[in-house]
Amino acid sequence: MNEPTKLAASLRDLQKHYVLKSETVKALRGISFDIPEGDYVAIMGPSGSGKSTLLNLLGCLDRPTHGSYFLGDQDVAKMTDDQLSEVRASRLGFVFQSYNLIAQLSVVENIEVPLYYMGQLNAESRARSTRLATMVGLGERLGHRPTQLSGGQQQRVAIARSLVNDPYFILADEATGNLDSVTTEEILALFQRLNDEGRTIIMVTHEDEVSKHAKRVIWLKDGELQSDEPVEDRAVYTAERIQEISQNAEVRT
Amino acid sequence: MRLFRTFKLGLKSLLLHPMRSALTVLGIFIGVASVIWLLAIGEGISREAQRQIEDLGAENIIVRSVKPPDGSGANGAVDDFGVRRSEAEMILATVPTIDRVVPIRELYQNFIYNGNPNAKPVDGRLVGCTPEYAAITRLEVARGHFITHREVEAKRSVCVISAVLADRLFPSEDPINKQMYMPEKQEYFSIVGVLKKRNATAAIGGSLSAQDFSLDVYIPISTMFQRMGDREVKRTGASFSITSFELSQITIQVNGIEDVPRTAELIEATLMADDANRQDIAVVVPYELLEQAKTTRLMFMMFMGLIAAISLIVGGIGIMNIMLATVTERTREIGIRRALGGKRSDITQQFLVETISLSVVGGLTGVLGGLLCPLVVYYTRQSVQQFAPDFYANLPEVAKVMSPEIVPASIPIAFFISVIVGVIFGIYPAIRAAQMDPIDALRHE
Repeated sequence: MNEPTKLAASLRDLQKHYVLKSETVKALRGISFDIPEGDYVAIMGPSGSGKSTLLNLLGCLDRPTHGSYFLGDQDVAKMTDDQLSEVRASRLGFVFQSYNLIAQLSVVENIEVPLYYMGQLNAESRARSTRLATMVGLGERLGHRPTQLSGGQQQRVAIARSLVNDPYFILADEATGNLDSVTTEEILALFQRLNDEGRTIIMVTHEDEVSKHAKRVIWLKDGELQSDEPVEDRAVYTAERIQEISQNAEVRT
Repeated sequence: MRLFRTFKLGLKSLLLHPMRSALTVLGIFIGVASVIWLLAIGEGISREAQRQIEDLGAENIIVRSVKPPDGSGANGAVDDFGVRRSEAEMILATVPTIDRVVPIRELYQNFIYNGNPNAKPVDGRLVGCTPEYAAITRLEVARGHFITHREVEAKRSVCVISAVLADRLFPSEDPINKQMYMPEKQEYFSIVGVLKKRNATAAIGGSLSAQDFSLDVYIPISTMFQRMGDREVKRTGASFSITSFELSQITIQVNGIEDVPRTAELIEATLMADDANRQDIAVVVPYELLEQAKTTRLMFMMFMGLIAAISLIVGGIGIMNIMLATVTERTREIGIRRALGGKRSDITQQFLVETISLSVVGGLTGVLGGLLCPLVVYYTRQSVQQFAPDFYANLPEVAKVMSPEIVPASIPIAFFISVIVGVIFGIYPAIRAAQMDPIDALRHE
């Protein structure tokens, strides 16, 4: 069975240069890799390696100086600001280290925000957001404000939000950085579950413990790809363990 | 649907900081309310001034005798000034556009009712006139009748007295057919009529002093001339002065308002023909005063409007200031929204909606506040009258009498301006918000 694997994302010789007064800083010097659908990639590297720059490019928050970035079939490298905004709204899902929920909005309204920017607010979108909220275990807190939620709960809302537009992949930036070890497990368990269901996940992290849950690790150094290897002895949660974790979560909240 | 959501979002964001939003709204509220208030007060004052001028009769020309400043009548010399009967007749005869000329002669006198042995003389004003006087000054008879033509022709010694004088001199009797006595002139007059109470008029046009009709006694002008002549002798201490004048005033009724300006020119020319520098008459043309009043009204409006506009601008600056601070505070939120797919225009729209919401709320409350103007003025006047009566008495007549009139157009205009202010002063902060780089914004705080 040789179906061509569909690619969620594909980078070719991606470069980013910053011009500072007299000198040019080359943050990325030509990165190329493919992300097939269903992959679970961890991107790692020391500070100054170009991790953040790559993250911003993957998230279409910035434009590369050279090279191409294919999301599905389209090269988004040359898109305008407004076009990139549309891409972010419709094809990407973000999860940030500090959750980044909007304080004035309730849980379900927060989840809906990408749909709001896609111009798709109706009964159906509300139903979808509610389903996602329930899926991440916050079905009872639809009307709560972020300030009324714990860190783990907020991150789960963020993850639900990142799924609401059925994105090409979830882009997670140190998603567990602000969480304690127990909550970190909850989130990583959730990521694994999503990935098992076919969701593509790209994770930027500096923690080995976390990267062990991914299927593949890409190492950056000095703006270049240092290595791109599958994870050996991947840390996988068993079904029972996942059950345990979610029960603990419910007890605590 | 989306605009509604944006609007709801704007309101929610504003309610996050109720105090801050309320204070910002206050600025616009004051601006809008003051537009309505100032225009209403200006309009009320203009209307009052206009009404008082109209009371003089728009088709009238008034020639008033003015005592020249340098009284050369000390110690025996005779001061002869003012409009003459001959001039009045000449004007009537030569100017074609005139309906009639009403002569008036006024003297300040004491009056007393002989039948009351304990009575003290009351100071009043003796007015020699003709029947037309009642019409042009809008006097109304309560009892009896006003001076008649026959009484003027026959030079009868009859008089008509004002309501206040009637109360003072005849507290318990009917004045009709009683005798009024003037000690200074030693003359008796039979009372044939009593007038209804009447409001005073204010000073108008500089040459007309305020008229208080409350202590008037009206007699036929022919009788006045026959019995008292034209001379008045005043004794002050050891010296005395004699002034002589024929008429205090003539009121000329013109055929139609259109003829007034030309007729006034003619009359002035006629009266100044012999002596171009004469200073003993003043010609007051209410029609011209009305035109002036219209100009004054417009100037009022412009001036008041300008002041109010300034206060609205200050309110707008307040909005801009607050929105700039708000935008800075919500840098992170802006970054998040951009990351989730918000375009620059979405961010601009979001903050502009917030600003406009502020200014619209300010506008609506300002309109309501503006509509309260007449009530507030009324109650303020009442309280001032009650708690500071001396201060109140010294206020100009206009302040006591005028009532603010809300200019209907000022309401939609003021509201509309409040929206515009929101847009203008909100655009800059909104654009600032939209220009933020999402990556920097996400890193903020």
